[in-house]
Amino acid sequence: MAVVGPLSRIARIGSTFCRNNSLIFSRSSQRRGIVSCIDPSHGLTDEQKEFQKVAFDFAANEMAPHMADWDQKEIFPVETMRKAAQLGFGGIYVQPDVGGSGLSRLDTSIIFEALSTGCVSTTAYISIHNMCAWMIDTFGNNEQREKFCPDLCSMEKFASYCLTEPGSGSDAASLLTSAQKKGDHYILNGSKAFISGGGDTDVYVVMCRTGVKGPKGISCLVVEKGTPGLSFGKKEKKVGWNSQPTRAVIFEDCEVPVTNRLGEEGQGFNIAMKGLNGGRINIASCSLGAAHASVLLARDHLLVRKQFGEALANNQYLQFKLAEMATKLVASRLLVREAAKALQENHPDAVSLCSMAKLFVTDECFNICNQALQMHGGYGYLKDYAVQQFVRDIRVHQILEGTNEVMRMIISRNLLMES
Amino acid sequence: MSKKKSFLAIELQIRVKPDHSGVVTDGVKHSMNPFCEIAVEEAVKLKEKKLMKEVVVVSCGPQQSQETIRTALAMGADRGIHVEVSGKDYETLGPLQVSKILAALAKKEDAQLIILGKQAIDDDCNQTGQMTAALLDWPQGTFASEVSLEKDGIKVVREIDGGLETIKISTPAVLTADLRLNTPRYATLPNIMKAKKKKIANVKPADLGVDLTSRLEVLRVDEPPQRQAGMKVETVDDLVSKLKDAGKV
Repeated sequence: MAVVGPLSRIARIGSTFCRNNSLIFSRSSQRRGIVSCIDPSHGLTDEQKEFQKVAFDFAANEMAPHMADWDQKEIFPVETMRKAAQLGFGGIYVQPDVGGSGLSRLDTSIIFEALSTGCVSTTAYISIHNMCAWMIDTFGNNEQREKFCPDLCSMEKFASYCLTEPGSGSDAASLLTSAQKKGDHYILNGSKAFISGGGDTDVYVVMCRTGVKGPKGISCLVVEKGTPGLSFGKKEKKVGWNSQPTRAVIFEDCEVPVTNRLGEEGQGFNIAMKGLNGGRINIASCSLGAAHASVLLARDHLLVRKQFGEALANNQYLQFKLAEMATKLVASRLLVREAAKALQENHPDAVSLCSMAKLFVTDECFNICNQALQMHGGYGYLKDYAVQQFVRDIRVHQILEGTNEVMRMIISRNLLMES
Repeated sequence: MSKKKSFLAIELQIRVKPDHSGVVTDGVKHSMNPFCEIAVEEAVKLKEKKLMKEVVVVSCGPQQSQETIRTALAMGADRGIHVEVSGKDYETLGPLQVSKILAALAKKEDAQLIILGKQAIDDDCNQTGQMTAALLDWPQGTFASEVSLEKDGIKVVREIDGGLETIKISTPAVLTADLRLNTPRYATLPNIMKAKKKKIANVKPADLGVDLTSRLEVLRVDEPPQRQAGMKVETVDDLVSKLKDAGKV
């Protein structure tokens, strides 16, 4: 943690400390999340508070200063992510024997929530990378775990999750990428769409069809970059998530050894969905971090901006609006943490709880960030101010890892199930 | 041995207590003094270079001081000592009392090196290191921006007003860390988990035979005066007459 000269004076200067340069001030005050009712360390154990502290410090020092730059220049911050991996963030819930940190889903949620305050897009990619590492760790055999996991945990290599195709998004089980067995190889043909990290990552966890139609005919293969027949589409131009490249992943007679198959043939869809349960908690946690940062930015702005002869903070409508935002933030946080605990304990309703968390939290947090932008007035629309990036970055959380509509399908199915 | 202090987190708005006896600290987030973090980092680095055998971190204060000890343990310190000081005693705890505690602990633990932050950023006293050295009759290397252990002593590069001063002192010694000594590491997740198993011993000042009575009395604490608006003047004569009116010239 670097000591910044002028900031250390702030501790002793009552009301006169610098508020004029709102960008720098806002970043430093969002660092510790100091506004007590929305303090994200409520209810955590001492150890979890330590994890959270490291993540917050890392986010404030290594990510937040570059967040805008990474977004505008579309930089994939490999070095920063490797630094994060050195702290153990490369395989947070992967087992320690292959280089992971062996922590719980709740610990993971806390960490991603904190990292997200520094840069949502990068944190979201780190969470996808973690999800892939976990899938190999959990469903791979010992050879596969030892071959792939250590490099993924250290981020020597990066991973991508390949499920979606141009013709199958929400209807994921109808995917068409085929994997025909020929001797000791599968021949892959087809293409995946919207793959986060695609083209820049090294290890691709690919769901493909080895058998009959529907979910039971899908298997999970690990494909390494450089395999002949593996190519990538153009880099997509996105509204947000610009610190991670998104490309189509194309397979043309791509030969993948059978030894790269995770689990059994026909188990692939199951593996993909289990991965997504955790992925949904992670994405929701990223939304939480963005909302938390945005509430702090909005609060700071209300204290500084004056109109009609007084600070916006004296305006009752804005006070009430801020209170509502804070309340929904805390409610969201509780839901994500409950879902994380349920997943960790293999609760019978874990899948529905994770879906509820993803649905509620991504929607609410987007609204919080959007309202925070509104509170900034015209300034909120300028790229000089961080709040617009939070809005743009978390908008996609309502769409990927299962649209919020699909979340409703999962939840209603659980409710209406004949017992 | 490395001493850390916890203080009010940097970005907080500090409020003076209504009775002007001090600053509000109840329910306010505390974190490790930045210079102390640098001191802990230096101690851990020396251990990693195998120049020191064990790093013991010490903190004097109420129950919540244990949190900062845990952070230091997560950075790589081996064990902690929490000297319990709370309530009224804590409010009047100053460099003199702390240095007495440290001197007593140093003798008890047979320490070879004490590293402290050069000053705490709440009171900016910059005295504890120097006083500890005096009580122990040990040499001191203060405002250290570079430390190297050599066969016949410790070479310390000190940041002074005139530039950099290099001195060599014998061990045992007291060092105080300045800003540029190092960049403290982040605790890693595995180290945080290992820190849970490290021991923190609880000690009372009385056990060390230290008298905590303060020789200082804080009369009053005030916020700096509100910045007043300035005034623009047209000519130098105007300026001089305004200064004379205000009694400044």
